[in-house]
Amino acid sequence: MAIEYKPAIHFKHVDYSIGNLTILKDITGSFPAGKITTLVGPSGAGKTTLLKLCNGLLSPDSGDIYINGTSIQQYEPVELRRTVGIALQSAPMIDGSVYDNLALPLALKNEKLDESWAFSLLEDVGLGKELLKRNVKDLSGGQRQKVSIARTLVNRPEILLLDEITSSLDRTSLKEIEELIVKINQKYKTAIVWITHNLQQALEIGDFTWVMMEGEVVETGESELLEDPHNEKVQVFVKGEVG
Amino acid sequence: MTYLTLSITLIFVVIPLILSKTLNLGLEKDTIIATLRSIVQLLAVGFILKFVFDSESLLYIFLMVTLMIAAATHNAQKKGAAIKGITWKIAVTLVFVEVLTQSILLGFKITPPTAQYIISISGMVIGNSMVLSILFLNRFTSEVEAHQDQTELILSLGGTPKQAIHKQLIQSIKASMIPTIESQKTVGLVQLPGMMSGQIIAGADPIQAVQFQLLIMFLLLTTAAVTSVLLGFLSYPTLFNQRMQFLKN
Repeated sequence: MAIEYKPAIHFKHVDYSIGNLTILKDITGSFPAGKITTLVGPSGAGKTTLLKLCNGLLSPDSGDIYINGTSIQQYEPVELRRTVGIALQSAPMIDGSVYDNLALPLALKNEKLDESWAFSLLEDVGLGKELLKRNVKDLSGGQRQKVSIARTLVNRPEILLLDEITSSLDRTSLKEIEELIVKINQKYKTAIVWITHNLQQALEIGDFTWVMMEGEVVETGESELLEDPHNEKVQVFVKGEVG
Repeated sequence: MTYLTLSITLIFVVIPLILSKTLNLGLEKDTIIATLRSIVQLLAVGFILKFVFDSESLLYIFLMVTLMIAAATHNAQKKGAAIKGITWKIAVTLVFVEVLTQSILLGFKITPPTAQYIISISGMVIGNSMVLSILFLNRFTSEVEAHQDQTELILSLGGTPKQAIHKQLIQSIKASMIPTIESQKTVGLVQLPGMMSGQIIAGADPIQAVQFQLLIMFLLLTTAAVTSVLLGFLSYPTLFNQRMQFLKN
């Protein structure tokens, strides 16, 4: 699939394990630049680990990862993490207000977040301006996930990694976030890699899909592959998820 | 005090033994071991100190202080087993605190350069520094554990390890210093410090005893601050690797 697209992220025989436990096994392939790729598969398939490798929170045991054609080892960790943004699944917050959290990426560079920018970030993710001063302890799970996405966008990453960011959203919020992500992708040509358990979402939003199982990539292609997968394991998985 | 009088003080050991036996607390064996150990250890130290004080040898003073630092390091390092290289980090901290405090005391001629002063004050400084190290390591380990998500978040947004661990570090430094500061607020009101009481019982002028106690208390403030800050800044980098990745567990 990646032959005709320039890769934003390319994996070359990547392995990763914790002690004797293999998490990722011989991952090779690309996430195309300017496209939305969804990662689907059962829990424990290694999807989150794969994203953390791309953001530099983890390093592969062997093999290499290329970001926009440059080996990940050539990047300074701070530069890499600002180029490849990640919204973590648990949407962790620092203590303080919504503003404190939105301002965090800039505060780490000793810069300040304008209030007008903060308001527009809230608007982008479908949150009201009145939330800006609210303590994050008083946010719902869905609101936290939205703040987490907005915060990741502050660094204006070239590549955006999303780890199950809509898992605790209601249907309306889910649609708002899907529209936002598509808008970001289309407006800034940001490459997006999105882990989701929602196969319908993967079909509708993703240009491409990777199906991962037990640390391996078992099938890749345009997202329509989910409608008629070739791999038997994927067929069983898709039936189970849909059923 | 004669040895006969001292032996009568064992009444204070018999009382808890009777209580333990009567109430089935099961502490008789520990109480007896603790009593025997305190007698043997303190008498041994007493004889060693008498020998060192009489000799006035710098070598013996150095050996005595080194022994104190080694024992304190051994005791404190158990609490920081999760931190790589914690033994030498504690040793460096204790040595630094000892050198700093003695340099000020001797440099400004606050205390005379005799074994009597150097060893006694070193014992208080090193002992306090050891307790502070244990308090700091206990708190720091639990703060790091409890805020793993926030540490990873800050790293993921392009923060440095120092930025990622800053809050946990500051909280731990503050928490370990608070007992020293709080105990100084109530000193003289709630309790008379052991050293001052000892001097007064031994017949010293109470005002002079207070002056020495003040010196020790101010000294312990510096000890508390320097120990926790230095140990903190030596410890946190080992939680990360060169790629600025958080090394969980």
